[in-house]
Amino acid sequence: MELATITYIVVGLTFAVYMAIAIAARAGSTQEFYVAGGGIHPVANGMATAADWMSAASFISMAGLIGISYNGYGGSVFLMGWTGGYVILAMLVAPYLRKYGKFTVPEFIGDRYYSDTARVVAVICLILCSVTYVIGQMKGIGVAFSRFLETDYETGLYTGMIIVFFYAVLGGMKGITYTQIAQYVVLILAYTVPAIFISFQLTGNPIPQLGLGSTLAGSDTFLLDKLDRVLLETGFKEYTTSVRLSTLNMFAYTASLMIGTAGLPHVIIRFFTVPKVRDARKSAGYALVFIAILYTTAPAVAAMARLNIMQTIEPSPGQHVLIEERPQWFKNWEQTGLLAIQDKNADGRLQYVADPERNELIKLDNDILVLANPEIAQLPNWIIALVAAGGLAAALSTAAGLLLAISSAISHDLLKSTFYPSISEKMELNASRGAMGLAVLGAGYLGLNPPGFAAGTVALAFGLAAASIFPALMMGIFSSRVTREGAISGMVVGLGVTLFYVFQHKGVMFVAEWQFLPGLGKNWFFGIEPNAFGCIGAAVNFIVALGVSRVTGEPPEHVRRLVQEIRIPAGSVAAPAQH
Amino acid sequence: MSELSEAQAKEYWKRNRNLMIRLMIIWFVVSFGCGILWVDTLNLIQVGGYKLGFWFAQQGAIFVFIGLIFYYVVAMARLDREFGVEED
Repeated sequence: MELATITYIVVGLTFAVYMAIAIAARAGSTQEFYVAGGGIHPVANGMATAADWMSAASFISMAGLIGISYNGYGGSVFLMGWTGGYVILAMLVAPYLRKYGKFTVPEFIGDRYYSDTARVVAVICLILCSVTYVIGQMKGIGVAFSRFLETDYETGLYTGMIIVFFYAVLGGMKGITYTQIAQYVVLILAYTVPAIFISFQLTGNPIPQLGLGSTLAGSDTFLLDKLDRVLLETGFKEYTTSVRLSTLNMFAYTASLMIGTAGLPHVIIRFFTVPKVRDARKSAGYALVFIAILYTTAPAVAAMARLNIMQTIEPSPGQHVLIEERPQWFKNWEQTGLLAIQDKNADGRLQYVADPERNELIKLDNDILVLANPEIAQLPNWIIALVAAGGLAAALSTAAGLLLAISSAISHDLLKSTFYPSISEKMELNASRGAMGLAVLGAGYLGLNPPGFAAGTVALAFGLAAASIFPALMMGIFSSRVTREGAISGMVVGLGVTLFYVFQHKGVMFVAEWQFLPGLGKNWFFGIEPNAFGCIGAAVNFIVALGVSRVTGEPPEHVRRLVQEIRIPAGSVAAPAQH
Repeated sequence: MSELSEAQAKEYWKRNRNLMIRLMIIWFVVSFGCGILWVDTLNLIQVGGYKLGFWFAQQGAIFVFIGLIFYYVVAMARLDREFGVEED
């Protein structure tokens, strides 16, 4: 059967499953719509969280980021950063917010800081980071469709929107949770199956995590040693030791991704769906197990696919492949524009070297490592089809989670809590469906007309969450002294300095012509790149909030009680005796 | 459901906090320490085909993270029972 046909069948089947789940899991109340009724088993929630969390970027781009752009070791910032945040979530965030027991993140911030202003500021922060994040997912859906199903980008995007619209509007968090579980299964199979084949082909060990540390099949040379040597010979830096800019930059980058993870509302609200505080802790652990299956496979895919590409081009030292005889997968991906070659020295052979003057592989897109992997390893067509379904599952599941965070902030935090408290539950449920529908349309619009900055958005989302929401949550839980004035000024200033640094480098709203203060130079803050700046923004937020709180009195007694209550999983704390 | 005195609530929180601090130190050491700050030194040690520092940065830290969370789950369940604040 032809590849396109198989791909349509596999992708069609997965979509049918998502639709069936949507019909079975309709939401009948706001509690079901916002937190899936609060009765999700911790293992199931772990799986849904993993799918919610792992986006098109994790699935399609991360291995290439590690293996190509960050040349190996430098890419560790993603591996540690995007997993280490779960330790923070499990210990410092999720259990207390679960005990608090309501529906949204801004709701907690509004209550803890006894202020509608704080809630509205939190909603703005939430919408900023979720919208920037969702644009990347909508783009991912369109791109996955156009590459695998050979539809045009718009058709792909509309199809994706219809699917998300269907299960997110009908089922809210309940529908999203059960589809995310199915999507996790699809995406993890799609990621690991090709990796297992490739690891086995290269090293004889089918477990990629072990294969990465093994010798190449039929030789005594370790895979990583070989890759280091091949890269050095072609003028690149050594794979296992290439630092990203500087040690300090890697430190800041990792820290920003970690605390950004722990401050992203669409991840935090997943922990509101489990029955107990204990389950929130457990479920963060299960989520990390499910995430780690992909995240420990990714570095193996990165190194193995990079080596495969190097060896395809230069099968033995000094012997470069004839351009005429390059493999079919190479030609296929040239058509998509992800690969491009140019025979600069006109010797009829292809050279891939670090020196841009002599390099003839003039385009090597990061996404190629995952997308072309099955073809490079000559795997059967159904696996290629599975990779397509996996990429779509990753993008759809994250998009749905983000859209829920956005729509519940609008219908619950703005409408119900701030502007129209007398609204009935039934009306709020309808409003939340309406907000969800609008959010899907808005995201679709941004996906169709991506503002020039779509490429940089995912990293920005983490910086914003790290600098605005994370510190407000931390201080809300760990201090009963931080005041509303402190929290509000902290969020505003933290968000402000982060946006300032990012926009100063990349232009306001990422319009390159709108850069400002060029005299400061690139990465002027101790050599830290804009994507790694979220932790600095967070530090500023903490300092401002704690400083302002010192001079603005004390929070009222009921807030002190609230902080006391969220710290214990059950029961209550006796009111202090009157003096 | 029990009601804790303010002193008990304080003690529970102190024990929880001390546990978190211990685990977060390990969290910091395996990732920022072994994976970034001391990576060159650890890379002198070879385990199979892995340089040890590289292994921590790309695999090891993640495995330790999982261990930390589940240790915290178990230790907190014990603490909850001791103070009678576990949920039924």
